[in-house]
Amino acid sequence: MRWHKIYGLSLRHYYLIKSSLPRILDLIYWPSIQIFLWGFISKFFTVSSTYYNNTVGVILTAAILYDFLFRSSISYNMMFLEEIWSRNFTNLFIAPIKISEIITALTLTAIFRTLIGLVPATILAIPLFGVSIFEIGLPLIFLLTSLYIFGVTLGLLVTSGLIRFGPSFENVAWASLFFLAPLGCVYYPIEILPEWLQIISKILPLVHIFEEIRNILINDMINYYSIFKGAIMSILYFIFGVIIFYISYSGARERGTLINMGE
Amino acid sequence: MKLEVNKLSKKFNDTDAVKNITFLIEKNKTLGLLGPNGCGKTTSIGMMLGLIKPTSGNVYIDGKDINKSQKSSLLSLINFASPYVELPKKLTVRQNLEVYGRLYGVKNLEERIIEISEDLNLFFYLNKKTGELSSGQKNRVSLAKSLINKPKLLFLDEPTASLDPDIGDFVRNYIEEYKKKNELTILLASHNMKEVERLCDTVIMMKEGKIVDKGTCKELIEKHGRNNLEETFLKIARSKNEVA
Repeated sequence: MRWHKIYGLSLRHYYLIKSSLPRILDLIYWPSIQIFLWGFISKFFTVSSTYYNNTVGVILTAAILYDFLFRSSISYNMMFLEEIWSRNFTNLFIAPIKISEIITALTLTAIFRTLIGLVPATILAIPLFGVSIFEIGLPLIFLLTSLYIFGVTLGLLVTSGLIRFGPSFENVAWASLFFLAPLGCVYYPIEILPEWLQIISKILPLVHIFEEIRNILINDMINYYSIFKGAIMSILYFIFGVIIFYISYSGARERGTLINMGE
Repeated sequence: MKLEVNKLSKKFNDTDAVKNITFLIEKNKTLGLLGPNGCGKTTSIGMMLGLIKPTSGNVYIDGKDINKSQKSSLLSLINFASPYVELPKKLTVRQNLEVYGRLYGVKNLEERIIEISEDLNLFFYLNKKTGELSSGQKNRVSLAKSLINKPKLLFLDEPTASLDPDIGDFVRNYIEEYKKKNELTILLASHNMKEVERLCDTVIMMKEGKIVDKGTCKELIEKHGRNNLEETFLKIARSKNEVA
């Protein structure tokens, strides 16, 4: 792993964001809107639901953390799509940079894009709704890391699709997370799902992560086993994502799509 | 660097895009790759750059197979420019050159950026966004990117396509001058026959995925009894599928 190359590729995305105010505003706008929307919904449920009684901010905290996952994945996809849209794909893939370095650069830069949007929204939630995700305490670091790894994994799988099927796969990039949201049990406990769906849900790290968030906020208890389980599952999915990416890259070389990507 | 292509073939499903091509470019020589659209030039270049996996055959760069050796270390000595491959438009010229300079591990990068931008009359555009440049300026930025790492082997795909005669001539002059001062092997794919006559030591003619003729420009013109390379190209392109 050559860090100066990873830095070089990260720099490309840093310059892109830095040079465009609309891009920065776009990154901040959507998470902020989410906070407003879920903030009011959260307020309503706090008053009207016995489950959420006296647990102000459970839904809003889940919304913020889900948005973190969403932004991580979209950031990863967006950076890859930027290369396709700018028709820079061939230049990138003939540069002496390894696939592992490209993945590392995009993974590290995605956190930067994600935080640009999420930090203001998270801070906004404190005075507006009296909700701070920092109330989760130390486990927040592990939960965010797991969500980030899983978000990047989804990004990897979508970019694998982009390499395999070309820019037409772009729509799947936007839809991928909405597909997983109902199974992730972000806003409700897993028991709400029919039993057969619970089985599928349990193989996703999201369920374990969001169940634990509710456990911490509602029961004021920390179950490190759940946190560990979510993290291990996210890492396993990440490894799977990397393998799929390599397979897609090899397939793209076979089909010759790398040279025409973006046209 | 010496480029050796040995029995290279590529099949996409049932289509033979490149059929068993073999050629050699000696160190510091320029080879022109000619042929009508769809004859397999881009696929061949893709395989030489390691972007496309050959169905069979090998590409050796200084004796090392690009598909088997340390690809990354070979690629650091190679580069490519084409008007059909762009650089990020929202980045300034300087930022693009910096990013690629870092990817290619260029030492004294700032000095190199200044040097190449002065050589290619881009110095005053360094802080301008690449997307705001004229096509002639963009073309020179693409050339600057392709030379940022002082490559030993350069692939140029129609480097003067869509340029006005003045800028086209500037680019050709620059390539000639650069080659005199630096150790550089070039593979040039072009539809501009005058450019090929001026820059190339030898020429390969491709048609329907095969090499149908090769030699120096003079040899080919004489062999086909024509007055110039353009007429020779037309004769070969319009002839039946015989291999010379």
